[in-house]
Amino acid sequence: MIKFSDDRLKVVQQIIARYPKGKQKSAVIPVLHIAQKEFGGWLSTETMDYVASLLNLLPIEVYEVATFYSMYNLKPVGKYMFEVCQTGPCMLNGSDDIIKYIYDKLGIKPGETTSDGMFTLKTVECLGACGYAPMMQMGKNYREHLTKEKIDMIVEECRNNAAKNN
Amino acid sequence: MGRKLLLDKIKVENIRLYDVYRREGGYRSVERALKTMTPDAVTEEVKKSGLRGRGGAGFPTGMKWGFLAKPAEVPRYLVVNADESEPGTFKDRYLMEFIPHLLIEGMITSSYALGSNRSYIYIRGEYEWIVDILEQAITEAKNNGWLGKNILGTGFDCEIYVHRGAGAYICGEETALLESLEGKRGNPRIKPPFPAVKGLYDCPTVVNNVETIAAVVPIVNDGGTEYAKIGIGKSTGTKLISACGNINKQGVYEIEMNISVEEFIYSDEYCGGIAKGRKLKACIPGGSSVPILPANLLLTTAKGEKRLMTYESLADGGFATGSMMGSGGFIVLDDSQCVVRHTYTLARFYRHESCGQCSPCREGTGWMEKILWNIETGKGKMSDIDLLWDIQRKIEGNTICPLGDAAAWPVAAAIRHFRDEFEWHITNPEDAQRRNFGLAHYADPLKVATPA
Repeated sequence: MIKFSDDRLKVVQQIIARYPKGKQKSAVIPVLHIAQKEFGGWLSTETMDYVASLLNLLPIEVYEVATFYSMYNLKPVGKYMFEVCQTGPCMLNGSDDIIKYIYDKLGIKPGETTSDGMFTLKTVECLGACGYAPMMQMGKNYREHLTKEKIDMIVEECRNNAAKNN
Repeated sequence: MGRKLLLDKIKVENIRLYDVYRREGGYRSVERALKTMTPDAVTEEVKKSGLRGRGGAGFPTGMKWGFLAKPAEVPRYLVVNADESEPGTFKDRYLMEFIPHLLIEGMITSSYALGSNRSYIYIRGEYEWIVDILEQAITEAKNNGWLGKNILGTGFDCEIYVHRGAGAYICGEETALLESLEGKRGNPRIKPPFPAVKGLYDCPTVVNNVETIAAVVPIVNDGGTEYAKIGIGKSTGTKLISACGNINKQGVYEIEMNISVEEFIYSDEYCGGIAKGRKLKACIPGGSSVPILPANLLLTTAKGEKRLMTYESLADGGFATGSMMGSGGFIVLDDSQCVVRHTYTLARFYRHESCGQCSPCREGTGWMEKILWNIETGKGKMSDIDLLWDIQRKIEGNTICPLGDAAAWPVAAAIRHFRDEFEWHITNPEDAQRRNFGLAHYADPLKVATPA
C-alpha cells in the first residue's frame, strides 16, 4: 500500500483549503502532481486510486483527468526526462537537429528510455519558450538556447548527479 | 523610445521583491481603488481606457466586466488565465517571472472592482518555477496587509491562490480552464451560459489574461482617459509582443500601439532585423493560430498602406490579405524556411491539443497533419492541396470552441499565400527533400488563386 508522509498529507490539506468547501475535486490536478513526484515519476493505477481516496472521488474521476493532461506519465520513465519542444518556433531554430542529436548520443527515439533507466526522450508541443529556442524541459526547469555542446553538458551533469546520489 | 506602462520597472534590481516593488510605487492602485473609488468606478475607468483582452480575442475588458451577473449571496470569482500556450507566445511568463507583484496588484484591484473575495491564477503546469515566484509574492503581499481580511481597513476581503495545470493548450480557452480548475478534463463548455453568468462552480466569473489584469494597474493609477491617449483608434495603450523565429533579438517587447510592423522588425529598439543577414519571407504576427502573411503583405496592406502594430491594421484586408493581433506571439520566418514544414508542425500541435469533443476538430486535425506530412516528405498528390482546403473549411465554425478555427486558419493561410510552395513540393519531391523553396514565390503572392 502506498501512502504520503505526514508532511505531504499536510500539503494536500493546504491545497484542498484553497477551494470552497465541498469542492475538493478541484485539488485533483495539484495532488496528482505531488503523487507523480512522490511515487516514482509516473502514475500507476494504485497511485491514482490512492489520490481518489484522499479526495473522496471515484477512481474513474481521477483516471479521466490523468489521461487528459500531457504532464502525467502513465508509464514508468527514466530518472531524467528530456522533454524537447518541436513546435513551429523551436523548429525554425533547429529543434529537429537537437532531437536527432539526442538519438545519436543516447540511442533513444521520442518515447523511449535508455536501457540503464537514466534518460527518457519525449517530444512535446510548445512550452512557451519560443524566444529562447531550441529548448527542453528537464524536471522543474527549462534548458534553453540548446546546442549539441549543451546537450553533452546536460547529459554529463545528469550522470554526475546520479553517481553522487548513489 | 516608446512609453512602457508594464515593463518600465522590470530592469530595477530585485523588483521581484515586495520592498523594492513598493518603493518603486507599487500597490498605489490598490490604495487608490479601495480608499477613494467604488467598485463600479474602477470598472468605469477600465471601460474608458478602451483596454482589450490581451489573451488573443481582443474583447473589450470593461464590457466583459460589465456583463458580470451580481445575484445576492452568490460568490463571484476572478480567474487569471496564465495558461499561456499559444505557440510564439511567452509574454505572460516574462511578466510573472520578473515582476510578479504587478500581476498580484492588478488582481487585488480587479477583484475589488468585480467583488471577488477568492481569486485564482490558473498557470500552465510547465511553468512550475514561476508558481514559486508567484506564491512568494502572494505571501509578501499578505504579510504587508494587501491580502486577507479587511484590506486597508476598508472591509474588503480577498485571497489569491495559484492553481497549476498539467499540460493542455485547450485550458487557455476560458470554459475549458474553468472545467480544469474544477478538477475535470479540459473540455470547453457550450456557451451560453457565459462565465459572466455561470462560471467557476456555477458562479459568475470573469476570466482575464495576465497582461490584461496587469494593465489595470496603470489604468487605475493614471485614469482610463490617460491610458486611452496611447495608441491608435480602438487599439489603446501598450501591448506586450513576444518576438521569436529568425530575428536578431528575440524577446518580449512592450510597444505603444502606433508603430509600424516594419519598424518593429527592423529597428534596433525591437527585433533588430532578420538574423544571419537573411531576408524576411513570412511572419505569423499574433500567435500560431492567426494567418501567416508573406513579407510584402506583412509590411504593407493590400491597399498599399504601411501596416501598423494595431488590432485594426494587422487585421486589415480580412483573412484574404490580412491577419490578426492575436496574443502578440510574433513568429518570423526567413527565406531559408519551409512554409510546408512549419505548417506541418502547427497542424501536429493542434492535433495533439484537440480535446476530442467535437468530431470536425478531433478527426480533421489528425487528417490535416497526415496530409501535410505526406506533402512535406515528397509523397503528396496535387489533389491533397484542395483536400486540405476542404478539410479546414469544414472544421472552421463547426466546433464548440475556437480551437477548431485556430487549427484551420494556419493551414488555410499557408495555402492561400504559398500555394506555389505546396505544388513545388508535390511536383519536385526530391528537390523538396534537399532544399527550400526560398523566396522564389514570395515576390508576387497576391496573384495566387484562392480555391473557392
